[in-house]
Amino acid sequence: MNTLSALRSFGQWFAEFRQPGRGSSWLVGILLLVTLTMSAANLLLPADSPLYVSTYTITLMGKYLCFAMLAMAVDIIWGYCGILSLGHGAFFALGGYGMGMYLMRQIGDRGVYGNADLPDFMVFLNWQELPWFWFGMDQFWFAVLMALLVPGLLAFGFGWLAFRSRVTGVYLSIMTQALTYALMLAFFRNEMGFGGNNGLTDFKDILGFDLQADGTRVALLLATTLLLVLAFLSSRAIVQSRLGRVIVAVRDAEARARFLGYRTEHYKVWLFVYSALIAAVAGMLYVPQVGIINPGEFSPLNSIEVVVWVAVGGRGTLYGAIVGALLVNYAKTRFTALMPDAWLFALGALFVIVTVYLPRGLAGIFERFAVGMRREKHGEKSWRENSGQLSAGEVSA
Amino acid sequence: MKFLLHSLWLVAALLLPAGSPLAQTPPTAPAVGELLQQIPNASLKKTGELVQQLEQAGGAEMRPLFEAMLAGELYAVKESDKLVAVTKDRAGRLVGREIFNDRKLAAFASRDLKKIRVNNRLRSQLRDAIARIDLLHGSEEQQHAAVLSILDDLSSQNMRLLRSAETAGASAQVQEVIALADAMVQLRDSRVLEERLAAIEIMSGRLEAPVRNQLQRLLNDDGEQEVAVKAAAQKALDKIAGRVEFYGQMEQLFFGLSLGSVLLLAAIGLAITFGVMGVINMAHGEMIMLGAYTTYVIQQLMPGAIEYSLLLAVPAAFLVSGGVGVLIERGVIRHLQGRPLETLLATFGLSLILQQAVRSIFSPLNMQVVTPGWMSGSLVINPVFSLTYNRLYILLFALAVFAALVAILKKSSLGLNVRAVSQNRDMAKAMGVRTELVDAMTFGLGSGIAGVAGVALSQLTNVGPNLGQSYIIDSFMVVVFGGVGNLLGTLVGGFSLGVANKFLEPATGAVLANIIVLVCLILFIQKRPKGLFPQRGRAAE
Repeated sequence: MNTLSALRSFGQWFAEFRQPGRGSSWLVGILLLVTLTMSAANLLLPADSPLYVSTYTITLMGKYLCFAMLAMAVDIIWGYCGILSLGHGAFFALGGYGMGMYLMRQIGDRGVYGNADLPDFMVFLNWQELPWFWFGMDQFWFAVLMALLVPGLLAFGFGWLAFRSRVTGVYLSIMTQALTYALMLAFFRNEMGFGGNNGLTDFKDILGFDLQADGTRVALLLATTLLLVLAFLSSRAIVQSRLGRVIVAVRDAEARARFLGYRTEHYKVWLFVYSALIAAVAGMLYVPQVGIINPGEFSPLNSIEVVVWVAVGGRGTLYGAIVGALLVNYAKTRFTALMPDAWLFALGALFVIVTVYLPRGLAGIFERFAVGMRREKHGEKSWRENSGQLSAGEVSA
Repeated sequence: MKFLLHSLWLVAALLLPAGSPLAQTPPTAPAVGELLQQIPNASLKKTGELVQQLEQAGGAEMRPLFEAMLAGELYAVKESDKLVAVTKDRAGRLVGREIFNDRKLAAFASRDLKKIRVNNRLRSQLRDAIARIDLLHGSEEQQHAAVLSILDDLSSQNMRLLRSAETAGASAQVQEVIALADAMVQLRDSRVLEERLAAIEIMSGRLEAPVRNQLQRLLNDDGEQEVAVKAAAQKALDKIAGRVEFYGQMEQLFFGLSLGSVLLLAAIGLAITFGVMGVINMAHGEMIMLGAYTTYVIQQLMPGAIEYSLLLAVPAAFLVSGGVGVLIERGVIRHLQGRPLETLLATFGLSLILQQAVRSIFSPLNMQVVTPGWMSGSLVINPVFSLTYNRLYILLFALAVFAALVAILKKSSLGLNVRAVSQNRDMAKAMGVRTELVDAMTFGLGSGIAGVAGVALSQLTNVGPNLGQSYIIDSFMVVVFGGVGNLLGTLVGGFSLGVANKFLEPATGAVLANIIVLVCLILFIQKRPKGLFPQRGRAAE
């Protein structure tokens, strides 16, 4: 009896999963399967085997997954809440700098100047002692805490100010862009104490493991996958909950939601902070795999590129953001290797084509296709058709 | 850079027809010819003596020789010991010209030439000689400059020179400086207390550097016993310091206004499109860039008429950028009606394409846009305060563009339609305004003005593919700060941001000033989301 009810509730849960636009557990499965296979192929197979996966590929995959996580963070607020942030790269980079500071302290006296107390660039700038904000960054837990706390507080402060005074639409977008631009200018300054132009690099090891070792690389990839899956599941839980419905209501008709008694700015602030935290986690995972963090990560172009990944994949779907980030970045890697000049043309064209012709992205095509299949099978009106008005509203939001 | 401009200026001068005032007849006195013959083989010391004799023998006609010598452009042709002035042209070739009549000679190989050496002592001697020539024979400005340079060296010989200039009938401006020189000599040489105090009285408040130096020396001089003189000198110095400080502030203000005029030019087009259509054109910066490149192309097409190139570039840039703007509106933005965020993304994509296109067509490197003669140099108001002509003209130009735009919006039928659409699009449509056409025209107008801004910017910064990118955030800030749909707000916003930036700069450094202004703006917009001059009325949501 007990087993039966358990089975039934599992069936319901699964059925909910299977709904188009939400059902995306297959993505989790594929992600886990691919990364596990890649890891095994890297560690277990000999280097001359045709199925061997190089460490370079492992790192590349890890990098893509970090970008996917960042894209998902943007999708949560843009796709579900209608807040177009052109400055999410700032939270990503701040998280990255937090991790970079920890890794920098781990170098110890193995730097070029062999100074155990100060990172190389400070010795180079003739600084005598560690600035106050570098204290405690040699502890992993503290660095992680800071890497979450700082972007979180920044997002909270910014969101609180912006949403309370009802800054919306393009205003908000440009404000976020100005935010990341200002941070970029600030981090370029040597006096800031974050390595200026060159940023932080030359890392040696993390938690005592050598960063160049295959095992560490694979472990980092697996950690990234795991955290991406976790972030995906928790984000999906949020957008499917009652909270998520309010958020969608805010996106489609904020004034109406406010009149119904919801404190819309509270919802927006908390969602913004949540999204910034995910971006920060992505940044933290990105830095040890890429091996460098510099102020270029703050550049407005980076942040706006993230938006196009989401747009390509299809916003408001979560899985679309992940797929979009992976596809566009893979294309970028291939393109820049083959025809470096053409990449910006392609990226620019992608912006135009997706916004003009594919407002729902690849996920839109996929879902239209899936709905068509279902309708043929069941001969019934799809839920999407019933809510056709809503989806038109979504597009114009 | 300066050298290059200088040499280009010389090239431009060469292109003037012979017989113009710039060409001079060669000196005929036999003594001069003989002295000139000796220069190529003289020692440095001997050269000094020769210069002195040449000045006495040749007088004003020797000025071009001394100038070439001072600039280090004087060479002797090895075979004939003939003196020529040689400059490098853009291709790095050595181009020679006759010294006394500016006639162009064939290019030289460097092994055929021998440079006439000059040292610092000789240079100051040359400068003095030029000053003397200018003082007695030059135009009013040259006379003024010459008197000022004599303040550095108040020898009795120079003072006699001043006397003779005074009797030759110098202008009031020159007379005033001569009086100042007298006072300085008086203070130095006289032993009578009253005379010295009177001299300090004349010197007090003067901004010329030698005056300050002399007073400072006097204060530091322990041999000076007169307390009254020291006190008066201190007072005079304080007054001078106060004035220098004041003009320093004025200079900051001028730089601020100059930056403000650039921001205004960049932002004003954005203000129109944003005000009317509610969309942000992220490719606006690239319209500015296109304008700057148009200037470059026009200068390449007509290398003989650099002086007039800017006048032609303004309408050309307006047409090029405006045309591209209309294409963008018709091709992309029209399809995104009512979706401002998507418009933002699509235009950003276009900006990437335009940048890369310019990179492919021209090059990723910066292009050299020439500053015409009338734009270079500066308007000297006093020794510590001068306004560079390029910034001054751009400031005036920005105001003129602003005035023209206001006139278009207030007086023309297009302006009426634009204002109607920006206030209430649906109502305007119902009244028969062809909103689609208005949109396209507005977008073209805004982009065209961005192109014109590019022409102005090409005179201030490097012309490269990234030229526009750096202006988009700043321009948007100006628009938002001033209030959307309000041109006056854009004017006030542009100038106040520019001035704020420049006044913060000395205290904090350029980058930090930029950051502080950005952060203040972010906070300001939280407080007043609709800007300084919010749009009022029912349509203003």
